[in-house]
Amino acid sequence: MKIAVCVNHVPDTETKVRVASDGKTIDPSGVNYVLNPYDEFAVEEALKIREKNNGEILAVSLGNDSNKETLRKVLAMGVDKAVLLKAAAEQDSYSVAKAISEYLKTYEPDLILIGKQSIDSDNSQVGGLLAEFLGLPSVSVVVKLEIADGIAKAEREIEGAHEHVELTLPCVISTQRGLNEPRYPSLKGIMQAKKKTIEEVDAQQTEPRVKIIGMKSPPEKQPGKIVGEGPDAVPELVRLLREEAKVV
Amino acid sequence: MSVTILAVAEQRNGEIKKTSFETVRKAREIADGLGGTFKALLIGNSINDTAKELGKYGAGSVIAVNNDKLTHYSTTAYTKVVGEIVKKEGAEIVFFPATALGKDLAPCVAARVDGAVAADCTELKIEGGDIIATRPVYAGKALIDVKIDAPVKIFTLRPNVFPAGEPSGDEATIEEASVDISDDDLKAKVTEMTETSKGKLDVTEADIIVSGGRGLKSPDNFHLIEELADVLDAAVGASRAVVDAGWRPHDEQVGQTGKTVSPALYVAVGISGAVQHLAGMSSSKYIVAINKDKDAPIFQIADYGVVGDALEIVPVLKDELKKTLGK
Repeated sequence: MKIAVCVNHVPDTETKVRVASDGKTIDPSGVNYVLNPYDEFAVEEALKIREKNNGEILAVSLGNDSNKETLRKVLAMGVDKAVLLKAAAEQDSYSVAKAISEYLKTYEPDLILIGKQSIDSDNSQVGGLLAEFLGLPSVSVVVKLEIADGIAKAEREIEGAHEHVELTLPCVISTQRGLNEPRYPSLKGIMQAKKKTIEEVDAQQTEPRVKIIGMKSPPEKQPGKIVGEGPDAVPELVRLLREEAKVV
Repeated sequence: MSVTILAVAEQRNGEIKKTSFETVRKAREIADGLGGTFKALLIGNSINDTAKELGKYGAGSVIAVNNDKLTHYSTTAYTKVVGEIVKKEGAEIVFFPATALGKDLAPCVAARVDGAVAADCTELKIEGGDIIATRPVYAGKALIDVKIDAPVKIFTLRPNVFPAGEPSGDEATIEEASVDISDDDLKAKVTEMTETSKGKLDVTEADIIVSGGRGLKSPDNFHLIEELADVLDAAVGASRAVVDAGWRPHDEQVGQTGKTVSPALYVAVGISGAVQHLAGMSSSKYIVAINKDKDAPIFQIADYGVVGDALEIVPVLKDELKKTLGK
């Protein structure tokens, strides 16, 4: 079984975002970049599926040289091969999915795993676009997955419920927290990953379709008032919620 | 020729959710602003009567696609239906609610109709005949303004942001359309649905959220949060710390690696306010914080703060609200 897993290299959740001087992107100074948390579930799931079914896992990341850090990490987790699709800085979901789909056409995976969203641009789109560009079915926001006899049975999280989805392989699965507990790379894994080569390919470049005009900080919320201390403050809090905020 | 605008509404078991009314209302406003033709689209089986509801929120006519193969959601089949209707109607602008269904469907439709998606928009305005969309990135730590350059421009609208407004007495005209669904179109299909929240509200849909964190000291104390939520008809949320500790299911997690929410009222109980949590909830209209540490970051963004032990304050708050609300 050939599994492709798409991984992104993103600012970690502790990042305090400042808008850069171009007014369109974030200031990268002091920002710590990590493997996108949702992609970690995709990598872990790929490893679990390989343990059962044998086969090979290829990790694909689109970006620049700094993405190699994330690719090294997933190699250390146990991924077999890694490729960096080198691309210009300005991308959108459409151009990313197009470039990855063009590359994967030559790899012909049985299964593609990807995090349900990147925690930087929060688009939740690449999985669906990728599937359509490759003519494959997809399921998103997956919290449970079983694969047997060319069929994937997935549970997908929706509002207040899970949809149980059946789909035929090859297919694209986008992963959500809850699917598994990602492993830490072992020391042996880290040593082996250092010896592996990360293949570098120029990504097929497509013009982004969603153009960023500008980036701004959200409106600053003014700190409100401390109503009081302890249970004694409760009646006043309730009064404010009813009479001032009018929300209860 | 005037532009055609389509709003894709969503029904589950014959019921349309509020998020779809919000989307239809906003789409209609944009259509009026652009002087375009506006229609809504509803997909399912025997949904004509349900579809008429959309008239109350501004849809003069609704395209209803009925097919027994469309009773349950299927990404592949629904993509085909929306794709064909977009092409048939010559729609150049398409709106979806940014719900589980809308977020799943929109990118697939975009690939099918040569479009692109601005996801999870929180503001839309018309400038020189173009739609400029504002959308949060980094879970709301920043906002970007975007413009779509593609033959079909697709927008998904964040729930709870655009008001659905009061329903009018209008009933929509139903235009039935049929789309052939073959087995090949059902490569991905829903076979079963299981409720996870015992009929409770999901945090992304709720007007009021009561969230708990470490300050509750033990998972056994979370019943206090649930009871307070009950009194307020609110959804229960949780911080990452308590989800990571296994106290609460991950689908309740609010924050950058959980759900981003914008309710009318967010009550943070025993949550100190890590950067990644604040990102997910700071766009709430009103924020109440209850925390024993008066220097906790949550008080920096809270409209109303009470300093003290959550375990002592929450039961009193519940009783006071019960009394006030007559419950």
